[in-house]
Amino acid sequence: MLVDIDLAIPQGAVVGIMGQSGCGKTTLLRMIMGALRPRSGSVKVLGRETAQLGRAALYDMRREMGMLFQFGALFTDLSVYENVAFPLRERGGLPEDLLHDLVLLKLEAVGLRGAAHLMPGELSGGMARRVALARSIALDPRLILYDEPFTGLDPISFGVISRLVRNLNDSLGATSIIVTHDVQEALGVVDYVYFMAAGRIIAQGAPDEIRSSREPFVNQFVNGKRDGPVPFHYAAPGYAADLELAESR
Amino acid sequence: MNAAEMRARVERLGGAVTSIVWRLGYAARFLAYLVLHSGTALRRFRLTVKEVYFAGVLSLIIILVSGLFVGMVLALQGYETLQRFGASESLGVLVALSLVRELGPVVAGLLFASRAGSAITAEIGLMKATEQLSAMEMMAVDPIARVVAPRFWGGFISMPLLAALFSAMGIFGGYLVGVQLIGVDAGAFWSQMQAAVDLRHDILNGVIKSVAFGAAVTWIAVFEGYDAVPTAEGVSRATTRTVVMSSLAILALDFVLTALMFTGGNGG
Repeated sequence: MLVDIDLAIPQGAVVGIMGQSGCGKTTLLRMIMGALRPRSGSVKVLGRETAQLGRAALYDMRREMGMLFQFGALFTDLSVYENVAFPLRERGGLPEDLLHDLVLLKLEAVGLRGAAHLMPGELSGGMARRVALARSIALDPRLILYDEPFTGLDPISFGVISRLVRNLNDSLGATSIIVTHDVQEALGVVDYVYFMAAGRIIAQGAPDEIRSSREPFVNQFVNGKRDGPVPFHYAAPGYAADLELAESR
Repeated sequence: MNAAEMRARVERLGGAVTSIVWRLGYAARFLAYLVLHSGTALRRFRLTVKEVYFAGVLSLIIILVSGLFVGMVLALQGYETLQRFGASESLGVLVALSLVRELGPVVAGLLFASRAGSAITAEIGLMKATEQLSAMEMMAVDPIARVVAPRFWGGFISMPLLAALFSAMGIFGGYLVGVQLIGVDAGAFWSQMQAAVDLRHDILNGVIKSVAFGAAVTWIAVFEGYDAVPTAEGVSRATTRTVVMSSLAILALDFVLTALMFTGGNGG
């Protein structure tokens, strides 16, 4: 459940929403997508109040948005080319030769024009993420959402993806929201960070402010400390009692 | 049993019944939504044809081979009984009526549920588990219209065709064993079959059965896939449920349809 969330994301910025798993990041993302509606308060995205949108209006809004899912969510029965062509085809009205050029343009932007003929099963994790990125920008979105874009990537793929996130945002003149728990990686990409815990925003600021934050939770999270507000040990009864040592003495 | 235990049992029973009714209602609403949003599947018929290939063409081997063997066994067993009454010439009638009225639609339906129904559930369930359906939603594409409806109509179209092929293959199997192997007169085999099998009463009713089974199996398959818990275990359970529920639905529907079609002394 989200509580007292108040955030504004300026146009053109790359904003990170960070926090540990279960802190409400994905719920917040789903609200921005319009998949969830707030019980109270309001969510305004691209000038629209999402709670008041019917299905058709919601789909209209989503046509101005792109989303990169955690593991790409590529359509496994379609080739790389067809995956990127999918949103363009579904929108309809594009002649095949123009569609072909647009798909290659998007694939070139992520460096995978040469992989157009491959199937998703033939791609590495990083390549799949890049194809999914090409697909998410197929309709030149004004807002791009990233759900854990760095999870499970090797250092090279991470570098590639993080540069692409920045470059695509700037070249498309879009706004980007990155939801992630990979703090160190994401702090190098974003302009501004909201830090969440237990459904609330507990800190916010530019990456440098977050790195030097004295807020105990943020400090533990950013520096990867074992103990802090989030204890190492899950709540449990006494160790000796669990091992039945007390009785044997 | 004290009053509290009794009350708890009644509550559990009530909860289970409510849950079943709720799920049935949800499945019915899902079907209504699916049918109302079938415009894409019918307008872009290529999507549906592709699913006819996956559900129908790829099921051909198991349907044809099973049909052949069922027909051959029917002929062997039927001849054994008929000859006791000196009616072995009626073997063609027995094989054809058994297949066209009952075994064709029912066995083809059960095979279709195991082969194609389970595949449809697994595919849709895995698409859900790997966020492919969510990705479609985010691209402003309705996954029910784009993914579910073509699969439903693909299965709906395939099933009667598969049942017809099953029956045809079964009759051929009956001919191979009855005429070629045992030596029943070929003229009697075919002519008695032609005279006794009625187009409306037998064949059309068989086709109606297979259409009903096709609709039931594909409805269950797409619903279970779409409603699957998006984990490996959830998809596995949904696939199992598809096969079990489809099989029970076929057998129950078969009883009801048979009672409506072939009882009351209106037989041909």
